[in-house]
Order: sequence, then C-alpha cells, then structure tokens
Amino acid sequence: MIRFENVHKRYPGGREALSGVSFSLERGEFAFLTGPSGAGKSTLLRLIALIERPTRGTVLVNDQNTARISRRRIPAFRQRLGIVFQDHKLLYDRSVFDNVALPLVIAGASRREIERRVRAALDQVGLLGRESHAPITLSTGEQQRVGIARAVAPRPDVLIADEPTGNLDPELSLEIMELFTRFNEVGVTLLIATHDLELIERMSHRRLRLVAGQLTGDSGPEEQ
Amino acid sequence: MWALRHYLGLHRANFIGALGRLGSQPFATALTVLVIGIALALPAGLRVLVNNAGAVSDAWQSAADFTVYLKLTVTAEAAARLARSIEARDDVASVELIDRDEALAEFRADSGFGEALEALDGNPLPHALVVRPASGIAGDVEAVAAAIDALPETDLVQLDTAWVTRLRAMLALAARIVDLATLLLGLAVAIVVGNTIRLEINNRSVEIEVTKLVGGTDGFIRRPFLYLGVCYGLMGSLLAALLVGLALLLLGPPVRALATLYGSGFALEGLSLGENAALLLGGSVLGWAGAGLATARHLRAIEPK
Repeated sequence: MIRFENVHKRYPGGREALSGVSFSLERGEFAFLTGPSGAGKSTLLRLIALIERPTRGTVLVNDQNTARISRRRIPAFRQRLGIVFQDHKLLYDRSVFDNVALPLVIAGASRREIERRVRAALDQVGLLGRESHAPITLSTGEQQRVGIARAVAPRPDVLIADEPTGNLDPELSLEIMELFTRFNEVGVTLLIATHDLELIERMSHRRLRLVAGQLTGDSGPEEQ
Repeated sequence: MWALRHYLGLHRANFIGALGRLGSQPFATALTVLVIGIALALPAGLRVLVNNAGAVSDAWQSAADFTVYLKLTVTAEAAARLARSIEARDDVASVELIDRDEALAEFRADSGFGEALEALDGNPLPHALVVRPASGIAGDVEAVAAAIDALPETDLVQLDTAWVTRLRAMLALAARIVDLATLLLGLAVAIVVGNTIRLEINNRSVEIEVTKLVGGTDGFIRRPFLYLGVCYGLMGSLLAALLVGLALLLLGPPVRALATLYGSGFALEGLSLGENAALLLGGSVLGWAGAGLATARHLRAIEPK
C-alpha cells in the first residue's frame, strides 16, 4: 500500500531530512511512526501526501509511483488519501458540517450522499449533533475529531496522521487512538506519526522508528 | 444527468457565496463597484454622445439644398425656363427661382447696405435657383450639382454639404477615440478587479491551502474567485448603466429646449436595450477576465507547507 525504496530528502541548504529510508506497509496495516522531534517524521508523511517530492528514491502509494503523478493529477491522488494534521487545519469561517463535507463536495458527491456521509463520520468520532457549530466553539480534542471526521468521510484507503494527539491530554489521546483502531478494523491502512511513546506502549501495532532521518527500528506487532 | 445538476449546483453555490462575500464587506465592495461603474460609465456615456451627434448630422444632411447662381446675361424668362427643366430631372425634388430684382429689394431692405447699393449702377445680383435634390446622400447631391454646374447658363454652384462632410469626418474620429477610451478603461476595469481578487486570494490563503490538501482541483479553487470577479463586473456595469441613464435624465430637458429654439423635435437617445445588454455582458466578461488573470498568477503560489 505504501512503499519507500531508498528514499532521500534533502532541503535547500543541505540539511538531509531523510536518508536511505526503505519500508513497506501492506494493505490494512496499522503502523506508528516514532522518533524524536526533527527526526523526519513529518517529512516522510509529506512525501506520502505529495506535499513534497523525494530528492532520491521511490515512494509508492496505492501501487502508484508518486514520481509519475504530475502536478495536475495531485488533487485526484489526494482525494484517495485521508490526512489528519496536528493543528487540525479546519476552516474557522465554516460550520463543522461544511468542514467535514469539504472533501465530499470536491469529489462531487450528491447532496444526499454528502449529508449521509458527514453524519456517519461525525457519528464515528462522537460529534453527531454538532453539525451547525462553529469549530472555534469546540475544545481542542473535539476540533481534532472534526479533522479526523473530515479525513475519513470520503472513506479513504489510506489514512496518515501527523501528531494527531500532540495537543491532547492522555485520556483524549487514547480515545483518538481507539478511534483509529476502529477505522483499521474496517480495512483502512494507517500510518500515524507520534512521539507519545507511552501511548504506543499501550497498543500492539507495528512501529517504525526514525532517528536523524534514518530508519533505525521496524518492529512488527508479532514481536511484541 | 445528476452530474450536470451537481455541476450547476456548485456554480449556484459559488455565485451565492460570492454575493454573500461581497455583502459581508459592504464598504470595500461599494468602493470597488463605484470605481468600475465610473470607468464603464465614461465610455458608455461618450458613445451615447457620439450616437446623438450622428443622429443630428443625419438630420442636417437630408436638407442638402444648394444654390445655383446664373450668369448675369441670362434673362428672367430664360431663368424660369431653366428652373422648370431642372425641376423635371429625376434626381431633383424641387427648384425655387429667386428673381434678381426681388433679391436686390430684399437685400436692400434687410442688409442695411441700402445706401451703398444706390451708388451702384444697375443690379449686381444674378438670378438664382435653390435646388433641393431628391436624395440627401452626399454623393448624389454632388452628382446633381456637377450636372447643373455644366449647364451653359450656370455661373456658380454653391454647395453647402462640405461642412456636413467635415462634421461627419469629425464624428468618425470621435467614435474612434471613444473606441480607444473603451479599450483602455476596459483594461483598467480588468486590472481593478484583478487586484481586488489578488487581495481576496491573500486573505483566503488558509482556505486555499486546506482545500488543496483535501484534494481540491485548481478549477474547484479558482471558481469562487471567478464568480467574485463576475459579480464585481456585473454590479459595476449595472451602476454604469444607471449613471448614464441619470446623466441623460438631467441633460434631456435643456437639450429639448435648445432643439426647440432651432425648430427641431430632436430629443436625446439613451442606450438601447441591446447596448445596455452589451454593457452588462462586457462588464461581466471584464470582471471574469481580471479574476482569471489574478487566479492564474497567484493561486499556484499557495501550496501546502
């Protein structure tokens, strides 16, 4: 589903964010991407979302070589990808409903379909009934759940998340992770970047460990 | 079928969204619309002026009478005979004979040179014919005048169409100047809209970034801005049409009064329905073009980070 082959990413100025990263994530897998801040976790996720391109190496997503996806084709590619951000990236001049509906509107779903899927997504994250609220009136944890609802509403095959629990207390973090586990149970492939080791310890999932841009650990769930 | 309905639904949502956005900042919107309205009202108003001047000159041209002065040797009977024969021509509508004696009497009475005329021996004035051609078109009038000029009894043909021709040439020049002004001011409107849209794009960069992140195509992101541009153009041209109408309303009575003094029933003609439609369409297209330029230039620069 996601495959990195000897991927390097060097930023202008010479800093190498990723060097020689190779791994493969199968369909329906759930993996954590760990490592200290600045280890390259965000860069790796950005390469998957085609926000950036690798300097060297190959990134395959959904069996597609991302190097062959032209700028014009990026929107269609991203429509099949769910992305959750640490800072939620919600639109604060729109209601919760409109935020979650955005990817569905882009994909050209019918109005009835949009309403059905938005409600289903909000139900999954426990925010049904808050459709007409403004995101700013919600707590940080709730806003993050709106962001997750937006990412899963179009039913993507792959969900990537960059520090989704970065601003949350342990209890809320666990809730979010349980949410991700439920998505994984219905077949979604997940790759979640986090440095919350305590949280990871409580869940038995594969761990990819990045240190200074290099993959230093890949422990499968079977080893735990 | 539903794909089309969905597409139209998106456009409707974009249009309503654009109106809502304009309504949410009424002062800034009003200023922009005012600038566009004035920029469009200028060429539209000038065009109305040139059209009306053209109508006036057409009315003058149809009264293209000319005067034929006969040689002094031509007798009164010969002049009357000549008048009848010219009147019989197909291309002449009517001929009026002005007898030299009557002309002298009239001149003596009206001009105030009565005493000076006493000093002359005899009548210096010839018999004259005022010819009204059947057709008012400049070329036809000149053809008749040339034919009469060739007659042996004719001394001089005084054709008064030259100034009408000059006026027409001036009007053609004025129309060309209005065309140029239209072009330049149209460009200015597109630039004003483009700049306004550029600011709007900057204000909404977060929204654009998020939309790109969840898979929004360039077209999806561009569309609301294009609609905004069309709305600006449409509202500006509506204002321009109103301004032109208002100006005509204010100028109408004095123009009618002036025309009455000249014994004419002339009244100012405003923009026709077609011209008004062209103004609205042109304004919308200019707004769309300006927004198109701004989005082509600036949307690409906003990429997710």
